[in-house]
Amino acid sequence: MKKQTTLAAVLALTFAAPAFAQKSITVVSFGGANKAAQEVAFYKPFEKATATQVVAGDYNGEMAKIKAMVDAGRPSWDVVEVESPELLRGCEEGLFEKINWAKVGNKADFVKPAISECGVGIFVWSTALAYNADKLKAAPASWKDFWDVKKFPGKRGLRKGAKYTLEFALMADGVPASDVYKVLGTKAGVERAFKKLTQLKPNIQWWEAGAQPPQFLASGDVVMSSAYNGRIDAAQKEGKNLKVVWNQSIYDVDSWAIPKGAKAAEATQFIAFASKPEQQKVYASNIAYGPTNVKAIKLLPAKVASNLPTDPANLKGALPIDVAFWVEHGEDLEERFNAWAAK
Amino acid sequence: MSESVPMPGALLAADGVPLKARLARQRRLRQLKAVLLVLPLMLFLLLTFLLPIGALLTRSVDNPEVAAVLPQTGRALAGWDGRALPGDDAFLALAQDLARAKEEKTVPELAKRLNMEEPGFRSLLQKTARKMPLAAGEAPKAALLDIDERWGELPYWRAIARNGHTVTPYYLLSALDMQQGADGTPELKAEEERAFLSIFGRTLWMSFWVTVWCLLLGYPLAYWLSQLPARRSNLLMILVLLPFWTSVLVRVAAWIVLLQREGLINSALMALGLTDAPLELAFNRVGVYIAMVHILLPFVILPAYSVMKSIPPSYMRAAISLGDHPFAAFWKIYFPQTVSGVAAGALLVFIMCIGYYITPALLGSPEEQMVSYYVAFYTNVTINWGMAAALGTLLLVATLLLYAVYQRLVGSDKLSLG
Amino acid sequence: MLPAYASLPEKAWFWLFRIFNVLVLLFLVSPLFAIVPLSFSADSFLVYPIRAFSLRWYEAFLTDGEWTRALMNSFIVAPAATLIATVLGTLASVGLASREFPAKSLLMGILVSPMVVPVVIVGVGAYLFFAPLGLTGSYLGLVLVHAALGVPFVVITVSATLAGFNTNLIRASASMGAGPLTTFMKVVMPLVAPGIISGALFAFATSFDEVVVTLFLAAPEQMTLPRQMFGGIKENISPAIAAAATILILFSVALLLTLEWLRGRAERMRTRKA
Repeated sequence: MKKQTTLAAVLALTFAAPAFAQKSITVVSFGGANKAAQEVAFYKPFEKATATQVVAGDYNGEMAKIKAMVDAGRPSWDVVEVESPELLRGCEEGLFEKINWAKVGNKADFVKPAISECGVGIFVWSTALAYNADKLKAAPASWKDFWDVKKFPGKRGLRKGAKYTLEFALMADGVPASDVYKVLGTKAGVERAFKKLTQLKPNIQWWEAGAQPPQFLASGDVVMSSAYNGRIDAAQKEGKNLKVVWNQSIYDVDSWAIPKGAKAAEATQFIAFASKPEQQKVYASNIAYGPTNVKAIKLLPAKVASNLPTDPANLKGALPIDVAFWVEHGEDLEERFNAWAAK
Repeated sequence: MSESVPMPGALLAADGVPLKARLARQRRLRQLKAVLLVLPLMLFLLLTFLLPIGALLTRSVDNPEVAAVLPQTGRALAGWDGRALPGDDAFLALAQDLARAKEEKTVPELAKRLNMEEPGFRSLLQKTARKMPLAAGEAPKAALLDIDERWGELPYWRAIARNGHTVTPYYLLSALDMQQGADGTPELKAEEERAFLSIFGRTLWMSFWVTVWCLLLGYPLAYWLSQLPARRSNLLMILVLLPFWTSVLVRVAAWIVLLQREGLINSALMALGLTDAPLELAFNRVGVYIAMVHILLPFVILPAYSVMKSIPPSYMRAAISLGDHPFAAFWKIYFPQTVSGVAAGALLVFIMCIGYYITPALLGSPEEQMVSYYVAFYTNVTINWGMAAALGTLLLVATLLLYAVYQRLVGSDKLSLG
Repeated sequence: MLPAYASLPEKAWFWLFRIFNVLVLLFLVSPLFAIVPLSFSADSFLVYPIRAFSLRWYEAFLTDGEWTRALMNSFIVAPAATLIATVLGTLASVGLASREFPAKSLLMGILVSPMVVPVVIVGVGAYLFFAPLGLTGSYLGLVLVHAALGVPFVVITVSATLAGFNTNLIRASASMGAGPLTTFMKVVMPLVAPGIISGALFAFATSFDEVVVTLFLAAPEQMTLPRQMFGGIKENISPAIAAAATILILFSVALLLTLEWLRGRAERMRTRKA
């Protein structure tokens, strides 16, 4: 008899557990240090302020899950962090709800790339060259140095994907930052980028998750890597001697989006909360990504601000990602890249 | 059948029914009972396993986009020979279809599908759709050519015409590095665009080597264990079973710790002065081989051990006492008796290998990824479910063929788990 | 084992063979022993030598909401999947044990196929098939597929036990006046139970170790322990992973010991019979 009761209890737990849960929303972000900072800046304070439980998850930016959930009409994610090209494409394909800006805040408070039909910008981040200053005698200054295996022997880390990687290859090949997307838009330009990448291929160690580059750098697996600036900053705070080269970095805005059919009201409430200057300030103090709320930038001490991609000194020589370009060519180039990488 | 025509003089059961008929009825009853017992599981597997996989397989030929979004264009192109630009009616149909698609927001799906066939099609469609509908009285052909002159090029029209059907060989052909030529016959893609044949080749090649290594390491160990006294062999068997029961994730994590650049093995080698610079052991093929052999080794050892245990040692002793060298005796008498059991284990390892995903994904570079990885890649990253399904179908066919051989070899009712 | 009169090459061969096998055994267990001490490291990177020991990663494991949720989820999904797989698998095995079963080997082939079909295919298939039914991102969907993956193990072990089962015992029991239920509970069960339990353990381990299907089907709420570890290994190999790994290793030791005990029991019963 006793056995049966336990079994019944297990079954009840299994199938009824979600029903007992309190009011909750599921927020999915790019994990690691970024998620840890969001935890402190957004999730915990939001839970306190509204008594709504935040179930946090992470992913690597794959849109398939969102598409499958939306197609089924029952998304289990309520708020998701997306990069700009995915935001635009998803918006076009009807994967995301339209943002009710009246409930989020005053548009004038946000930097321009943070405002869009289906998304609210969370932070400005940068993909930059990073290196371990303990392992390199001289400091690299550009992607040209990144490709120079004679001067800087050792492996390099690059994100396993076409985005950013192709741009960096072109800059290494001497294309000025302002012309990168013009060149990449031509067939010859794509060939040129892949040819340049092929040169470096034996020395590349690919990464997929943002937390990997600082680890590869710290463990000595690679001497240089492309990396999200915030992750490098987090490793610096842990005492690792890692450095960021802001020159020729590419910056983008990550946004909150609401999958179509999700709990839009609660989701909007969360987004509005997370977009407040105080919250964004806490976030930027925990990880070196620039706030999208102009008022938050003003709240930051100069020392923190100088580490952000939004600092004028860091913006020099950097280029913004061309969202339209990646919406247009993304799938093509990613598939081509994947075939190339597998060879 | 014998029930209806009772044989004269047949044995009768107590109630007067012929015994044979009664036995047959009993038999059918037992059969029915047996089937009823199996039925729930069959239904369960049908719903949770067989149907989902079946549905996945159909996706590899499913082609709804063009037929659904451009129905009129499809009809207009039905008799088109593909040699010269289609007539005005096709241009008109396209303009009307696109106007409706814009309204119904179905352009992105269409653009995505056609962009696979002809790069650049996405922008062409979106640019064109934005200018729809055409002003009344505008000549459709001139108008479309005015929006973009690419509407004057044949490959775009051919791509539409090719996909008027709701079934397409496109994905399966692509998964074999093939495409439909201008006249519709399959042909191999250009050298630099090929990828999957070599990935299938790599999958088989890596699985082959993992299997070989498992045999080389596992066979002698199983032999040794089978010769030891039971107490000791049971104790040592624990060392085989413990990793077998340990989570694959734990083992992969452990190997990363051991193999990484500043990991345990490299620090040991450098401390011993065997090497100056750390060796590249993780995130390449060496690492994947090591971890996969480690994970699959018990699958060779366990069946080999149980086969060897069942061989009476007297055979070998007899051969040796008759003057054979121990090696010769082993090779001629012992080894042949173990072949079928060990081969079954090896085949099982090979079958499991070709579907591997986790270990190469965590311990390998892109050059170590096997077919499974690309199934996941197309599912998750580019949301090209047709392509994922096509690769999955080919992988599944390979697996099931090998599985059929395995069944022949072992007999499914003789499967056992150590 | 080695006679005193063995020649030198024979001796050399004997020792080489032993050394080789000991090395293979070391290869099998060393990774497990390598990771355990790291979980007690005070450092936040997974490297040797360990400079200071601490329990901070166990504390981190047990106080981190995500790890404890993952642990709890694993203990919800795996038992539920095991229950389904064991009940359905045992019933089917009993049916299949009947000698007159039609198309037996084909059916057996199908029932065992979840073991060989690449998990990615199972995962993607279930993901696309379940999404419109609202079964992705739910415990139910995960439990169902995990149960399907566990079925072959139950069917194989229970069938093997039934094959060695002497049906005369049933007749003997019936002839002594026991009803079918009593016969089943008093005669069949005790003899078949070890097979069922070891099948259930295999099914449990399958679900408990499963990550690919979970990768596709689970929403953050259903994150299981292996899935959490998968993310951790990809993201940052911290000693928290080593702590989780150590806990899992302890768990597999427990499973293994249970299974060995069962095997010993079954063997004793068999020898007593003979």
